[in-house]
Amino acid sequence: MIRLVAALLIGAIFGVGLVVSGMTLPTKVVGFLDVFGQWDPALAFVMVGAIGVHMATRSLVLRRTRPVLSEEFPGASPAGIDLKLLVGASLFGLGWGLAGYCPGPAIVSVGVGGDAAMVFVGTMVAGMAVARVVMARTAA
Amino acid sequence: MTLDAILPPLIGGALIGLAATLLLLFCGRIAGISGICGGLFAPKSAEWGWRVAFVVGLVTTGFVAVGPAPEAFVFGLDRSLGAVAGAGLLVGIGTTVGSGCTSGHGVCGLSRLSGRSLVATCTFMATGALAAFIVNHLLGGAL
Repeated sequence: MIRLVAALLIGAIFGVGLVVSGMTLPTKVVGFLDVFGQWDPALAFVMVGAIGVHMATRSLVLRRTRPVLSEEFPGASPAGIDLKLLVGASLFGLGWGLAGYCPGPAIVSVGVGGDAAMVFVGTMVAGMAVARVVMARTAA
Repeated sequence: MTLDAILPPLIGGALIGLAATLLLLFCGRIAGISGICGGLFAPKSAEWGWRVAFVVGLVTTGFVAVGPAPEAFVFGLDRSLGAVAGAGLLVGIGTTVGSGCTSGHGVCGLSRLSGRSLVATCTFMATGALAAFIVNHLLGGAL
């Protein structure tokens, strides 16, 4: 139960970070991606802040033998760069640049209830479900 | 750029980085939003509960924050709902096939100096810029 409460609160902190940073504003996101137009570089500082804090603190956390509320830290992530990574990241970027939402800000915006965010998250979740099924079948 | 333009992204980013560290510290998990969201389709997994709680935390933030800060959630783009639906589909398929999004590859992956995440991040930044270029400069800003 306490693990669920922790995850809920951490999700809320993450969400506040997204809102404060301006990531829930698709016009600002597209302005950041439009490097050949009136480029607005402000959102680059989201990465600076996030990576700065996470990189500095994650190594302190990983000195522990285990997480506070769970058994073990994640194992090594896959290392190779393959076609799936490139195709997947390419498709994700296209969608991100078209509507200005990546998954986190879109999910936060569902709580607001606008048409665009609801439709976006609906088809995003459908795309995730379909891709998971197809990938599970082709792997088997 | 003025400090007023830089501080909100910097502070918001710091909160995102802090949340990623707290998730690692307490739950031992990587804060990749697309992975957490896609994991909702595995309800039998022992990981399902915290993923649901995390997503509820995200949605609740929007629900609560729109009262005091409605200007933080303006969609603002000239897009048909069909175009938005197509974009959502691309993001859902792309993050699943590519194993991550802005948070998993961009924040967590780059923070641990993962070459794989660096390649993914450069790729989605490039195709994101391509999409923005096509819509803004070839299609007149609407789709």
